[in-house]
Amino acid sequence: MALNPHKHPMPVQDPALRAHNFNEVALGYTPEIAFEEAARCLNCKNAPCVQGCPVNIDIPGFISKLKQRDVEGAYKVISASSSLPAVCGRVCPQETQCESKCTMGIKFEPVGIGRLERFAADTHNANPKGETKKPVPNGHRVAVVGSGPSSLTCAGDLAKRGFAVTVFEALHTAGGVLVYGIPEFRLPKRIVASEVEGLKALGVDIQTNVIIGKTLTVDELFEEGYEAVYIGSGAGLPNFMNIPGEALKGVYSANEFLTRSNLMKAYRDEPVTPIMKGGRVAVVGGGNVAMDAARTALRLGAEKVYIVYRRSMQELPARREEVEHAEEEGIDFRLLNNPVEILGYTNPENPRDPRNGCVTGMRCIRMELGEPDAKGRRRPVPVPGSEFTLDVDTVVIAIGTSPNPLIKNTTRGLSVNDHGGIIIDENAMTTREKVYAGGDAVTGAATVISAMGAGKKAAASIEKALLGQ
Amino acid sequence: MYRILKKRILNPTVTLMDVEAPQVARKALPGQFIILRVDEEGERIPLTVAGTNAETGAVTIIFQTVGATTYLLSLKNEGEYIQDFAGPLGEPTKLDGLKKVCIVGGGVGCAIAWPIAKALKEKGCEVVSITGFRSKDIVILEDEFKACSDRLIMMTDDGSYGRQGNVTVPLKEMLENGETFDEIITIGPVIMMKFVTLTAKPFGVPVTVSMNPIMIDGTGMCGGCRLTLNVDGKRVTKFACVDGPDFNGYEVDFDEAMSRGRMYAEFEKHAYESACRLFTNA
Repeated sequence: MALNPHKHPMPVQDPALRAHNFNEVALGYTPEIAFEEAARCLNCKNAPCVQGCPVNIDIPGFISKLKQRDVEGAYKVISASSSLPAVCGRVCPQETQCESKCTMGIKFEPVGIGRLERFAADTHNANPKGETKKPVPNGHRVAVVGSGPSSLTCAGDLAKRGFAVTVFEALHTAGGVLVYGIPEFRLPKRIVASEVEGLKALGVDIQTNVIIGKTLTVDELFEEGYEAVYIGSGAGLPNFMNIPGEALKGVYSANEFLTRSNLMKAYRDEPVTPIMKGGRVAVVGGGNVAMDAARTALRLGAEKVYIVYRRSMQELPARREEVEHAEEEGIDFRLLNNPVEILGYTNPENPRDPRNGCVTGMRCIRMELGEPDAKGRRRPVPVPGSEFTLDVDTVVIAIGTSPNPLIKNTTRGLSVNDHGGIIIDENAMTTREKVYAGGDAVTGAATVISAMGAGKKAAASIEKALLGQ
Repeated sequence: MYRILKKRILNPTVTLMDVEAPQVARKALPGQFIILRVDEEGERIPLTVAGTNAETGAVTIIFQTVGATTYLLSLKNEGEYIQDFAGPLGEPTKLDGLKKVCIVGGGVGCAIAWPIAKALKEKGCEVVSITGFRSKDIVILEDEFKACSDRLIMMTDDGSYGRQGNVTVPLKEMLENGETFDEIITIGPVIMMKFVTLTAKPFGVPVTVSMNPIMIDGTGMCGGCRLTLNVDGKRVTKFACVDGPDFNGYEVDFDEAMSRGRMYAEFEKHAYESACRLFTNA
């Protein structure tokens, strides 16, 4: 059989339809498509794809199982390295990781590794699972702060090795950014809930409504008998542009906008938590969070949604598939534009007019790409005299976050860098003995999979430190 | 789930509850707040801690029924449960080193001012309290304030109890008569805190205000509670949940905070009305 040069396309909901609902966009491979796609894998000896994976999943190994139609076997191979296969299959930027190294990709399209991973995980999750065998306890206790991807990975890895793990989550639901940040249409909440249930079945104790640094301090965790602490407290305060008008009514950080819609379910018809629905929306930024916010706004009923990004499509950091989906859904990309001011309404006659202080537009300036900066990305430079006004009534700012300040403010001996990120060594240990950290709390906003990689690494270090192996 | 240990109706719209939350009770200090959800589908709302009892694990909250969530909360009875109750959040009010303080509370804000007055009194500070209410029928915590104040001046807008007028009247009189305070701590409607600050300004008395903007997570994640400070001629964005809720009154952009506070006024009104309809019909 001749090798198919093309990756099998992902079946998706029709763009016209999905732009108005919160159901998942990508529907997943059928078994037939999955097995045909698996057949494209060359099973390279040196497996370059594995190097591209932050958690080093045995990719040729699981695809080989799929070739043999052993889906459960494929799942087992994946889950040996990843605690959240159904999540990663959906949200990893495979095009810059595993799939970017795929040998098939040199001449043709790479193997759809992410899609196959999702297929294996979804098939596994769809079938009733037997009783999870709880690992034999090794007598050591570890506290994990936060319940996002890095924390869940760290907790899962440690639990599998017999550690008694308690996860402390500040919000009322476990999952961190997977539940408050990533929207339902990209990562259904039931998927996250099922991964969390999987950890509970392994014996992980999850305590919600506990804010480490406030309800309990890291010192108290040690006093209570935890022998190591992993901090995966995630992204913190949203960054703003520091331009006039950012406090107007109708200006959101992406964190707030997405938290209202996702965690607080403001997308429902009769929500208890409000959100501005409809109208004309500008989302500032070019990352995955910006795409999520723009597509959420569309689904909430916006008549027009812009992405305003100061560089060009080439530099746009979002996952390629999300950009394509956003374009198909009718998101208007205004690239090489930068906001300079958000304009608000004032009724000079009536200071009590409820429209006072509401957004009426956003002044932007056109940009062009100049010399490359220190990171090699071409620096955007404003074009003099090119200002114009975008007619919008809601602005969502998605230009990144700085690490959550709560823990560093309340924990002795924890050093942070200039950006507020917790400093760790090569073993993921912070400047304080037996306190480890990873994920956005260390790096600032990054991807789910890199956070998972960090959680995994920390788990290995903790195991080594506590078991002395 | 968090059990309601005690419920007391303070006035037709203000309720006091002791909620069993031992971890919070052990930690909470005056000025800090908690975030709660009444039920599994509820919204998250911040409420300032009005008191704690480390022995019983009780955290006291005092709230006014202003919207759907506070209405639903007010319907809960002793022995019933609240879905989520997390805290303590925010920085405690700074009380160290103060010898003489004027506490200015307005309306339900008095519920937040009271534990601060109490804590100051316990530290040996001289406490002058001014409380302001619309009218006699909604006055709360009179005995509590009397117990922890060296002097208590009660004001009502309509003169039906105490003196007639707003809280800035006696404050201004005292300052003009040469009375000095190490600090004025004011808690209540934003407009009141703005005018307390303006009243104090000519006399150069430091003013601390307690801001209660719209919040969601309360832990330094969403940025919804941001407010603008004017610091040395520069506009600086701060977050009430992690930087506050207390701020230097002279720096706060009150007008902006008031405008932001009204962002969902229409939605809230509608939600409140439907919640009320739901329960009166049932």
